[in-house]
Amino acid sequence: MSTQLKPGQGPLEYARRPWIIALFALVLLFLYAPIASLIVFSFNVDKSGVWHGFTFMNYIKAWHNEAIFYALTNSLTIAVLSTVVSTVLGATTALALWRFKFPFRDAYEGFMALPIVVPEICMGISLAMFFSYTGMMAGVRDWVWPFNLINIMFAHIAFCFPFVAVVVRARLQGFNRQLEEASKDLGATELQTFINVLVPFMVPSLVAGGLLAFTLSLDDFVITLFSSGPGSITFPVKIYGMVKRGVDMQINAASTVLIVITLAATLLAMKLQAPDKAGH
Amino acid sequence: MDNWKDFRRVFLTLATPGGLWMLTFFVIPMTFLFVLSFSSKAVVDGEISTTAYDYLNTFQNYSLSIGHDYLVLLWRAIWTSAIATLMCLILAYPLAMAVCFAPPRWRPVLLLLLILPFWINLLIRTYAMYSIFRTTGVVNQAFGLIGMGPYEMLNNTTAVIMGLIYVYLPFMVLPLYSTIEKLDRSYLEASLDLGASQVRTFVSVTWPLTLPGVITGIILVFIPCLGTFLTSDILGGPNNWNIGNAIQNQFLEANNWPFGAALSFILMYATFIALIIRTLFARRSKGVDA
Repeated sequence: MSTQLKPGQGPLEYARRPWIIALFALVLLFLYAPIASLIVFSFNVDKSGVWHGFTFMNYIKAWHNEAIFYALTNSLTIAVLSTVVSTVLGATTALALWRFKFPFRDAYEGFMALPIVVPEICMGISLAMFFSYTGMMAGVRDWVWPFNLINIMFAHIAFCFPFVAVVVRARLQGFNRQLEEASKDLGATELQTFINVLVPFMVPSLVAGGLLAFTLSLDDFVITLFSSGPGSITFPVKIYGMVKRGVDMQINAASTVLIVITLAATLLAMKLQAPDKAGH
Repeated sequence: MDNWKDFRRVFLTLATPGGLWMLTFFVIPMTFLFVLSFSSKAVVDGEISTTAYDYLNTFQNYSLSIGHDYLVLLWRAIWTSAIATLMCLILAYPLAMAVCFAPPRWRPVLLLLLILPFWINLLIRTYAMYSIFRTTGVVNQAFGLIGMGPYEMLNNTTAVIMGLIYVYLPFMVLPLYSTIEKLDRSYLEASLDLGASQVRTFVSVTWPLTLPGVITGIILVFIPCLGTFLTSDILGGPNNWNIGNAIQNQFLEANNWPFGAALSFILMYATFIALIIRTLFARRSKGVDA
């Protein structure tokens, strides 16, 4: 074999094939151009699709637009509270499935995975019916904020915590149970062992699972649309209403804020997890 | 694993909260929906009531669902999802290969670039697509510069499929990446050393070994596509409704809840059939586990 291989022609150098590089670039353009355009036009002076000059006016207007501000606050509050509960429920469920043999274990496990696969719209309408039949839809309407959002939180927790459970369980698979035995041999109680041995081991998965729950909750539109009564509006539901009435640069401004919040949270959590990866 | 009887209290503390939550906010509501799908609106004082129902007295919701108009919507959901899933696979496979075979320090960055959009709100992304492809959007302005257009690029099936690919591509990249990454490269080297071409190596070695990742990716994309509602609503318009839009319409506008319930169960059965097919395939293929 005397022919010299050119760079990118090596048999396994797929990452350097020109056509793959071109495809990669095109896909990135396809993925990011719409979002970039949305952010750029949030600074446009008018609401046409044509660039007419730079302004912060849309942000100021969106900030003073009570409905948008209220919806965004609702979304963030729901996301934070649902994340806390989902993380606890997800962790306990994962621990139960990881540690114990019990009757109907497979059925329990299967039901826990159902919200992950059932179409959102089906879960949304079943909850809508449930809330209106039980009177919860009308019942919580006049409760003091944030309790008037409690139906949405119940719904969000129901579809978020199974995801947390999956993440935590994957981490628990790598736990050496002899550590637990050692702790108990040294005189620690069940609870002490749990808090000092098992929980520190679970932390990275609790952060990752919690972050996933936060994003899922903030992101959810379909289930929220059905389980929210009149008056308790979240950010995606508000945007949906505005999009139906046409393009408005205030949507772009508020969306940009939400994109920044979500991406910051994602990158932060990835950074938090990074030292752990290096340690193992 | 411990037997639950030896640690009754610990077990109950761990298993009950999640179990109760799922029972209250998933199993009971779904049972309601199931019962309602076999019910009809009650007739009170000679008028059809809007709030009362006669329970478990009819199959008409299902027979109506299987009627022509609604079967068309289900069929449209299935084939648009299938095309979108196939396109995602065709795009994502080479991308995942590229990430896996890139220099190690580039891998996390490249992977992050491909999956970062997943973290951005679905509605915002769909709205972003809508605003650049509308008749006064950036794309049509670019066509305008070279004296073409404007074209109506929204409100058709292509727009829905594009939107689905845009939204669900990261779901295909991730499982493919995790399978290809675990692939033992010496198999590929062996195949190439023994004289097989790149194409032959791909068909006979790489593809079969990564099949579990492909199947997981297909399921992860196909299932949410099937129940889609937002993408077809915003990008497709009323002529491109999927079954998801029909369900939403029965609940929020037409106010025929029993019929909406029957449509939902038909959608769920379609989803479960897809999952069963996945399980059957997963048993038969013995490649790298996703």
